Amino acid sequence: MIENRLQWCIGGAQGSGVDTSANIFSRACAEGGLWVAGKREYFSNIKGEHSYFVVRVDSKEVHALHDAIDMLATFDDETVARHFDEVVKGGALIYDSALVNKKIEDIPTLERRIREELAKRFPSSPPTIGTLIESCRSRGVHVCAVNYSSLLNVISSKTGEKRMSVLGRMVNVIAVAVSFALLKYDIADLKSSIDRIFGGKKNVAAMNGTAAEVAYEYVKGNFHEEIDCRLMKVPRGKGKRMLLNGNQAVALGKVAGGLRFQTYYPITPAADESTYLERYERFPMKGKDGARGSIVVLQTEDEIAAVTMAIGGALAGVRTATCTSGPGFSLMAEGIGWAGINEVPVVITNYQRAGPSTGMPTRHEQGDLKFSMYGGHGDFPRMVICSADMQECFYDANHAFNYAERYQMPVIHLIDKALANSTESVPYFDPSGMNIDRGLFMGDGTPFVLKEGEEYARFKFTENGISPRIPVGTPGAVFWNTGDEHTEIGHITEDPVLRNMMMEKRMGKLDLALKEIPADEQYHYFGDDKPDLLVVSWGSTKGAILEAVDGLRKEGKKIGFLQMRLILPFPAEKVREFAGRAGKIAVMEMNYVGQLADVIAEYTGIMAEFRVVKYNGRPITVDEARSSLRSILEGRSEKRVVLTHGA
Amino acid sequence: MALKLTDYRTEVHNDWCPGCGDFGILSAVQMALAETKLNLSDTVVVSGIGCSGKTPHYVNVTGIHTLHGRPLPFATGIKISNPGLNVVVVGGDGDGMGIGAGHFVAAGRRNVDMVYIIYDNGVYGLTKGQASPTLKLGTKTKGLIFPNMTSNINPLILAMACGYTFVARGYSFNVQHLKSIIKAAIDHRGTAFVDVLQPCPTYNDINSKEWYNGEDRSAENNGRPLPRVYTLESKGYDPNVNTDAGRDAETVMLDAFKYASEWGDSIPIGVFYRNEEIPTYGDRILERIPEYSALPPAKQRIGNGNRKPVADIEGYMDELSV
Repeated sequence: MIENRLQWCIGGAQGSGVDTSANIFSRACAEGGLWVAGKREYFSNIKGEHSYFVVRVDSKEVHALHDAIDMLATFDDETVARHFDEVVKGGALIYDSALVNKKIEDIPTLERRIREELAKRFPSSPPTIGTLIESCRSRGVHVCAVNYSSLLNVISSKTGEKRMSVLGRMVNVIAVAVSFALLKYDIADLKSSIDRIFGGKKNVAAMNGTAAEVAYEYVKGNFHEEIDCRLMKVPRGKGKRMLLNGNQAVALGKVAGGLRFQTYYPITPAADESTYLERYERFPMKGKDGARGSIVVLQTEDEIAAVTMAIGGALAGVRTATCTSGPGFSLMAEGIGWAGINEVPVVITNYQRAGPSTGMPTRHEQGDLKFSMYGGHGDFPRMVICSADMQECFYDANHAFNYAERYQMPVIHLIDKALANSTESVPYFDPSGMNIDRGLFMGDGTPFVLKEGEEYARFKFTENGISPRIPVGTPGAVFWNTGDEHTEIGHITEDPVLRNMMMEKRMGKLDLALKEIPADEQYHYFGDDKPDLLVVSWGSTKGAILEAVDGLRKEGKKIGFLQMRLILPFPAEKVREFAGRAGKIAVMEMNYVGQLADVIAEYTGIMAEFRVVKYNGRPITVDEARSSLRSILEGRSEKRVVLTHGA
Repeated sequence: MALKLTDYRTEVHNDWCPGCGDFGILSAVQMALAETKLNLSDTVVVSGIGCSGKTPHYVNVTGIHTLHGRPLPFATGIKISNPGLNVVVVGGDGDGMGIGAGHFVAAGRRNVDMVYIIYDNGVYGLTKGQASPTLKLGTKTKGLIFPNMTSNINPLILAMACGYTFVARGYSFNVQHLKSIIKAAIDHRGTAFVDVLQPCPTYNDINSKEWYNGEDRSAENNGRPLPRVYTLESKGYDPNVNTDAGRDAETVMLDAFKYASEWGDSIPIGVFYRNEEIPTYGDRILERIPEYSALPPAKQRIGNGNRKPVADIEGYMDELSV
C-alpha cells in the first residue's frame, strides 16, 4: 500500500470542465496538508479537442511529474483511448460504463496514428473502449465502472434540478469524487475545496457537494477491490501555502517588484499573466490605510507596439514590461535593439512554447534561448535570465527590473509553457526578500540638479559605462534618444572614434553585470563536488533533474547539477570551473539542437559529451531524466539522446 | 523667464535638402510650441525614421527618435505613463501609413491626448524616392523607373475612419497657417492628426512647390500663378462636432469627407474634423483607476526607504491560499 504518493490524471474534451476538476482535486489534497504539482496539456482549440491534467500528490513538496499514472479518471471515451496504457498495475481506471461498446475508430478527435496503432494491437475485431478496459484489467489495473447517467438521476432527485444542461456539468465532479472515494480520502476536504472554488455561487457549490456525496455512496456500495494507493490528511505545519501557476507567480513578482505599466498582445501561453495583472490593476499599498497603487495594463495592436510602448513607458521612468511568447517575441526584435542602443531598461517576459513559426502553440519547449541572446541586428547589450520554478518566477521578475535599471538595458526573462501552465502548491512568497534597485535612475526621489549652463548628457561616458538616467519630464533637463549611433547628448553621429567609444561603453556594461551579480543569481549547483557526471540545464527542467539527481545520488552515483540562471552575460568562467571538476558533461534541455550546449561551447570551448534533448512538446519527467542520466553514468548512452515520453 | 522662439531651437546642423518642405514644418512646430509656451522639459517630440525622423534633434525639447513606423506606440507609452507631458509625434507618410499603418489605426481608436503630424510628400526620400502610400496610382516621379502601381491612401479619410478626433491638413509653405493648425492640435483633447503637404524638392517633381502654387495654371489667371491650395476657413467651413447644437459626428464627418476628397486643382487645408465629445484614453483609464490622474505610473514610488516593495500582495496570495 502506497500512502500519500500518487499521480492522478483527468481528461476530457476542452470546455468540459477538466481544469475545474483538476483544481478541485488539487485544492482538496492541499486542504488535507498534501503538496501537489500539476500540469495542464491542451490543444490550440476552444472546445472539443482532448485536454488533460496530471496532478502529482505527495506528503513533501513536489516540482515535477513521473511517467506513470496511478489513477486515471475519465468521463469520455477519448481519455481512455489516449491514456489507458499509462495506468500502472495496482492503480485504477475510472470510466463511464455506458461507453464500453464505443468503437475506437469512431472517436473523431483521436489522431489517425493512434487509431491505427490500437487497431493493429487489438486485431480480433474493431477495438472498443471495452477492449481497452479489458486490457487494463488483465494487467492488474483496477477498473471502476461508473454509470454517470444513473448517478446524475440520483443527483437530480436529491436536488430537484431537472435540466440536463446543468446536471451534465456535474460529471467531472463525480469523477473527482469517485477518485477520492477509491483513495479513501476524507469527503470533508473535498467538500471544502468545492465550496472554495464555487464560493460565489452557493447553489452550484451545494449541488456539486451533493454530487460528491452520491459518488462516495456509489463507490462504497459497488466497488470492493482494494487499490494500491491511499490518500490521507497530514499535519500542515505552520507556513502558509498557496496553489498557483507560473503566470501568476511572475505577475505577483512584477507587482511587488514595481511594475506599473504592462503592455501585451494576446498570445498563448503568456496572455494569462497580463489578464491576471489587469484584474488586480489596483493593489493595496503597505502601511497606508486604503491607499492604492495601480498598474496600467494595455492591450496593443501587435507585439511591435507592445515592446515599443513598453519602452516609451520606461523612458517616462516607469518599471515597464511586456509579456509574450515566441511568435510575438520574434516581432519584438527590432524594438529590443532600439532599447539596447538607447540603454533603456525594459523587461520582456517570454513564455516559450513549441516553435518554430506557430509550432505547437499550447505545448512546451525551450527553443528561444539562442534567439533571446542573439535576435536582432547588430551588437547591443541585453541580459537573458531564466526561471526554473515558482519561487524563481516570483523573485526573478524583480531581478529582471533591477538588472534592467542597474545596467540600463533590456532584460529578457525566459519562462516556458511548462511553468506557465503548471499548478503547484508552494509556500507563500516573501516580498521582503526583494530589493528594489533602480541603479543610477534619478527620477525616484533622488535629487537631480544640473549646474547652471550644464547640459544633461544621457549617454555620458563614465568609468563603468553607466550614465545617470532621468525620465522624460525632469525639470530643467531635456535629452535625446535615437536608434542611430549617437553622441553623449543623444544626437546622431557617424564619427568612427565616437562610434567605437559608444560601442565599448554599451557592451562593457555586460562585463560589469557579470562581475556584480551575486553567484546565486547566476547559477545554482546541486550534488557532488567532484561528480562523475555534471548535468547542465536551464529553466523548468529543474524539478525533474533535481529529483533524478537526488535519486541517483542515493544509489551512490556521483553526480552534480548546474542550473544556469543567467544566460547573458554568460558566466563562462564558472561553467569552466564546474566542468573542470567533473567527469563527463551532459546538457539536458527541451529543444532539438541542444541550444545551451551550443552556448557553452561558444563561451567556454567545452563540448559537452552528451546532449539529452526533448522536443515533442511535453515536459521532461523525473523518470526520463533519471534513466537517461543513469545510462550515461553506466556507459550505455548515445551521445545524443532524444526523450519522447508524453501524450 | 519667458521662453522665446529661439529657446526651442538646437545647434544641431540641419541636413535636409535645400528647399525642403520639412523646414516649414519645423518652423511651424517651433512657433506653435513657443506660442503655447510649452515647457521644454515637459514636452517631448517623438519621431519615426526618414528625413522627418530627424526633427527632434532640431527642437530643444526632449526628443525621441524611434524606429521606422513606430513613433505612435513609443509616444503612447510615454504619454500613458506620464499624462502630464506634452507629446508631439512626427513621421513621414510611409512611416505612418505604410510600415506603421497598424499603429495608425490603433492610435485613432485609443484617442490618447497627443499630436501626430505626418510629413506627406508622396515619396520615400532618404532611400531615393520610392513611391509612398500617398502617391497616386500611375504617377511617375523622377525617382521611379515605372509609374506607381499602387493606389494611394487618403490620410484624412483614413484618420476619420479610424476614430481620430481631430483631423487637419496643412501646407508646409504656408507656415503661419500650419502653425495655427498645430496650436489647435496641441489644444485638442485627444489624438490630433495633422497631415502636412510637404513637397520633396529632390524626388517628387510632380507634387512640387510650383505645382501646389499653381504656376502651371498661369494661363488661366492672366499670367499669375493660380494656387491649388485653399483654406477651409475661406469657405466658412465648420469642423466642430457639437451634438447638442445639432452637428453630430456623422454630420460633420460627411462634410469633412467631401472636402477631404478634393484633389487636383483645388486642395483644401485647415481643420476638417474636431470632436471633443469622445473620451481620451486617459479618461478611460481614469474610469477604472481613480488614482490615475494624481498618481499615474511615472509618479508612483515603488520602493520604500529601505528599497523594499511598497505594493502589498498579501491579499492576492490569500486568494490563492490552500
